[in-house]
This record gives sequence, C-alpha cells and structure tokens, in this order.
Amino acid sequence: MTLFQLEFMQRALIAGLLTGLSAPAIGTYLVQRRLSLMGDGIGHIAITGVALGLLTGSAPVLTAIIVAIAGATAIELVRARGKASGDVALALLFYGGIAGGVLLIGLAGQGAATLNTYLFGSLTTVSPTDLYVVVGLAVAVLVVAVGLGPQLFAVCQDEEFARVTGLRVQLLNLVIAVMAAVTVTVAMRTVGLLLVSALMVVPVATAQQLTRSFRSTFVVACGIGVVACLAGIVTSYNADVAPGATIVVLALAGFVVAATVGTLIRRRQGRVAPLADEEPEIGVPEPVPHVVSAGHPHAHNPKCGHAAVEHGDHVDYVHDGHLHAAHGDHWDEH
Amino acid sequence: MTSPDTAAKAVQVADLSVDLGGRLVLRGVGLQIRQGEVVAVLGTNGSGKSTLIRTVVGLLPAARGEVRLFGTPVPRFRQWHRVGYVPQRLTAAGGVPATVHEVVSSGLLSERRLFAPLRASQKQAIDEALEIVDMAHRRKDAVAELSGGQQQRVLIARALVSDPELLILDEPTAGVDLASQQIFADAIRARVARGTTVVMVSHDLGPMDALIDRSIVLRRGRIVYDGPPHASQTHAHVHHSHGGEEPGWLS
Ligand SMILES: Nc1ncnc2c1ncn2[C@@H]1O[C@H](COP(=O)(O)OP(=O)(O)OP(=O)(O)O)[C@@H](O)[C@H]1O
Ligand SMILES: [Mg+2]
Ligand SMILES: [Zn+2]
Ligand SMILES: [Zn+2]
Ligand SMILES: [Zn+2]
Ligand SMILES: [Zn+2]
Repeated sequence: MTLFQLEFMQRALIAGLLTGLSAPAIGTYLVQRRLSLMGDGIGHIAITGVALGLLTGSAPVLTAIIVAIAGATAIELVRARGKASGDVALALLFYGGIAGGVLLIGLAGQGAATLNTYLFGSLTTVSPTDLYVVVGLAVAVLVVAVGLGPQLFAVCQDEEFARVTGLRVQLLNLVIAVMAAVTVTVAMRTVGLLLVSALMVVPVATAQQLTRSFRSTFVVACGIGVVACLAGIVTSYNADVAPGATIVVLALAGFVVAATVGTLIRRRQGRVAPLADEEPEIGVPEPVPHVVSAGHPHAHNPKCGHAAVEHGDHVDYVHDGHLHAAHGDHWDEH
Repeated sequence: MTSPDTAAKAVQVADLSVDLGGRLVLRGVGLQIRQGEVVAVLGTNGSGKSTLIRTVVGLLPAARGEVRLFGTPVPRFRQWHRVGYVPQRLTAAGGVPATVHEVVSSGLLSERRLFAPLRASQKQAIDEALEIVDMAHRRKDAVAELSGGQQQRVLIARALVSDPELLILDEPTAGVDLASQQIFADAIRARVARGTTVVMVSHDLGPMDALIDRSIVLRRGRIVYDGPPHASQTHAHVHHSHGGEEPGWLS
C-alpha cells in the first residue's frame, strides 16, 4: 500500500493542496500592505479558540474560526485607528491568545501532545468532517482573493487613492482580515497555528525574487505554496515529523534558491541591457581629432594656388597631399 | 459657455475649517468652482493646499463647514467615477511589486463591477492613458523601479484613465521633465475643451500656465487671493501686507 492509498494521507494531501493555495493568496495582500506578521498574531489568538473547543467538547475548528475572526477584526480596528498604543494592544492580544490557550487546554485535561497537533500540524488528525470544513473555507478564501483581486490590490497598493475611487476601504480591509483568520483555521491542521504565517509570507517573498508584477507574484506564490505543502506532507510521513516543520523548511529552502537565482538573473540582465543613457547614440558624429599642422608659415586663400575643397561648413586646401583648414591663428590637418 | 451664475458647480466649499493634529490648518475657506473651469491653487509650502485638496476628495474630515462635489456633500457623494485624483506623491509603495499597467488599471475601479474582468474598452483606455504620459514602453516594469518623475507620470495616467469630469491634481507635474509636462498640458487642454473641470496645485505651472482661468492663493490656511491668474502673485502680496484678514479678493 503506497502512502497515496492511505485514507488519512489522501485527506492530508487535499487539505495541504488547499492550504498551499489559500495561505500565499491572502499572504500576498498582507505582504503588500506590510502586515506580514498579521497571520502570526491571528495564529496565536486562534490557540485560545482551539482550547475553548477542547474544553467545551465542541469542534475545535469551529471555535478556532470564531475566535480567529474576532481577533482579526480587533487587530484591524486597532490598526485602522493608527494610535501609537495600538502596537502594545496587539502584543497584549497575541500573548493573551497563547497564554489563554495553554491555560484552557490544561483545564480541559488535554496534554501537550494534543496542543502540539494544532501548533505544528498533524497528518493523522484531519477527520472527514475537518476536511469538508477546510475545503469549503479554502474555496471561499480563493474566490474572494481572486474575484476581488483588483479592488483588494488597489486598497493594499494605495489606500487613499482607493478611497477616492469610491471603494469601501474599511470594509475591504476587514475582508482581508477575516480572510486571513479563515486561512489560519484552514491551515491549522496542515502547518499548524505557529507556522501558518510562514506559509503566508515565505512563498510571497520567494516569488518576488523572480517577478515584477502583482499578479505574477500572486500566481507564483500560490504555486510555491502548493509544492511546499505537498512535498512537506510526504516528507513528514516518511520522516515521521510534524508536517508544519517540513513544509516551512522546504519553503525556506525554496526562498534561498530563488534569492540566489534572482540575484544572478538580475546581475546578468544588468550586464546585458545597458541603462538608457549608456546606449550608443546614433547619428551623433565622433568628436573630430584636432591636429595642428606644425610650422605652417603659408596662409591659404582662394587664390593661393592650392586646390580648395568643400568640407562641411568650411573649406580645406590640398597642401602636399594633406588637407589644411583655417582655425583661428593656425592651420589644422583635416 | 454658460454664464457664471447659472453654470453648474463642480466644487463648492463653504466656510471650511480643517483640524490636523489639533491645529486649524484651514480656516473659513469658501470657494465655488464652476464646471469647465481650470483653477490653480497656489501658496507657499505648508499653506494648506494639499489639505484643501484632500478635504475636497473626502480624505480628511471637515471640522466645520462643508464641501460639495457636483452638488452633493462629500460624505454622501458616491459618483466617484466623475472624479480623478493625483495625490502629491505615491503613498507608501506596497511590499509586493506592481507594474505600471496594474497601477494605472486601478484608476478604473470606480466604474468596475465586483468579480468582473477588464473590458476591451477599458484595456484600450489604459493603453491611451499610458501613451499620454509616454510610459507605454514601461508598462510591464515595476513602479518601484521607476524614477520619481516617471512614477509621477504613472499617477497622472491613473487619474486620466477613467476620463473623469473633474480632475483634482496635487502638484501633478512636480519632478516631471519639460517635454512630458508639455504632453500632459496638451492632454489636459483636449479634456478642458470637452468640458473637464481642473483643480490643480502647483508651484510651477510650466506649460499648464496658458490653460489656467483662475488662481487661488492660500496663505496660512486662508484664501488671500481668488481671481484672474496673472495678477495673483502681485495681488496676494499687496493683500497680505494689509494684514491678510479682510475679505478683500474673496469671491
Ligand atoms: N497629519 C498632519 N498633522 C498635523 N499637521 C499637519 C499634518 N499634515 C499637514 N500638517 C500641517 O498642515 C499645514 C498645511 O499642510 P499642507 O500639506 O496642506 O501644505 P501644502 O500647502 O500642501 O504644502 P506643500 O507646498 O509643501 O505641498 C502644514 O503646516 C503642516 O505642517
Ligand atoms: Mg502639498
Ligand atoms: Zn595655399
Ligand atoms: Zn597648408
Ligand atoms: Zn586648430
Ligand atoms: Zn576640413
């Protein structure tokens, strides 16, 4: 029996595929807004959500998504206020999320092993119900991320201009925050809550090494995310380690490769394609070398007997096989 | 052209005061701009020109008074496809590269439906806007890799692409070379001939100078001159030597 025939592996791979697509998709918008660490914060808050689920006996995926959305909304509201104290408020929220989660899981009588499957992902714990939830949420995230692409791009690129085009900027910002929260929950079983942010950011940073446009960065990042997730899950099965770790290590390795290749490509392009002002200018004559005829006592004139030859804007005189032209008080060799 | 009294107003500013960080940056500004007018907003650095522009497009709230666009108070204004805006500079470029074409296409969002791809006519409009600012050959290049003047030309294209009725420009040609300014002025002239209203902040009007119908001079958040363009510099000068408090040239 190969690993692709194992039912839990099939589920893990499907969840991995969707996670690999949706995390970089939303991550592209977060990176563009320079909110790379937002996913990390939401992941911390979601730990409390998972713990609430375990404590109350309801599905951790559902409690996680509710708490994550509430947390993401709070983060977005604090950010939109733009107050200096907002930074501290976010830190309180993040650490409160982790500490509260660990405390509640202790109260629920669950050990570190259970918590670990949520923090770093787990191949064997994706139940069929989990899978339906993951598929539904991931598809929703992708539809929004692609369908509202132009609007979300404009808001992330230049928020003020987006407002003047009549976009509902606050609403779209909230959409991004909620999508990030949903993605965190989607990715929870595959990469885990502590590493989900890496899967949102690293593929985007990798893609950027090779791309110039927003759209190609988006597409390439999703491709990298899928490859990293699927390869990471297979490696995780073979090496018997948490999938979150293998996925992120693979993604980081991809970044190192792309950064090296990107540097080489840019260096070569820089060498091949000159800057505009380095291009040879066409039609501009070479500077005329200025050679003075040494010791030239004779003064040419139209009647001196030397043949006169038109040369552009002046006249040269043929003199012992040389061409001589008047220049100030002396004669030049032409 | 319709007479001044009956012509529709593109911009109406009444007794506008704006508070930034606890300071009144604009104080009691009143202004009416008819449709089809080309107005230059002048004044020294920090006199409140950008603040006026940003309040007119709804980016800053009014502490007192009101701004109307095409007769509708700005907080309730929804026809943003009628307005094109060039900010003073590209605010905080994003963390992901974006091409010239992508940035210019975001100028069409006001007339674009959700979940809809670009129509052929919109793609053509993008190409035309890029031609106007002579950036068509750089369409696939990342905006962050352009020079300051080239980036400014991209912002101009982004505002022109939707062919708006009212152009609100905050130093659109700052850092743009003279040849490109001339092309830009020609493009504006063609639109003005079709009835476009232009409100433009500038320290150096350059080739746009000939198009200006009227200039407004701000000084410390007040309008100190409002009238024909060429007298503006001298009049404003005479005016503030009187103290700058009396209504004088206010319309
Ligand atoms: N965010 C802010 N908070 C507090 N004060 C501000 C803020 N932005 C601008 N100001 C102040 O408002 C005044 C007007 O600024 P504004 O940007 O409108 O000037 P401006 O006329 O556009 O100048 P410039 O020619 O340099 O563009 C300045 O004195 C500035 O210090
Ligand atoms: Mg300004
Ligand atoms: Zn001779
Ligand atoms: Zn000679
Ligand atoms: Zn000589
Ligand atoms: Zn000669």
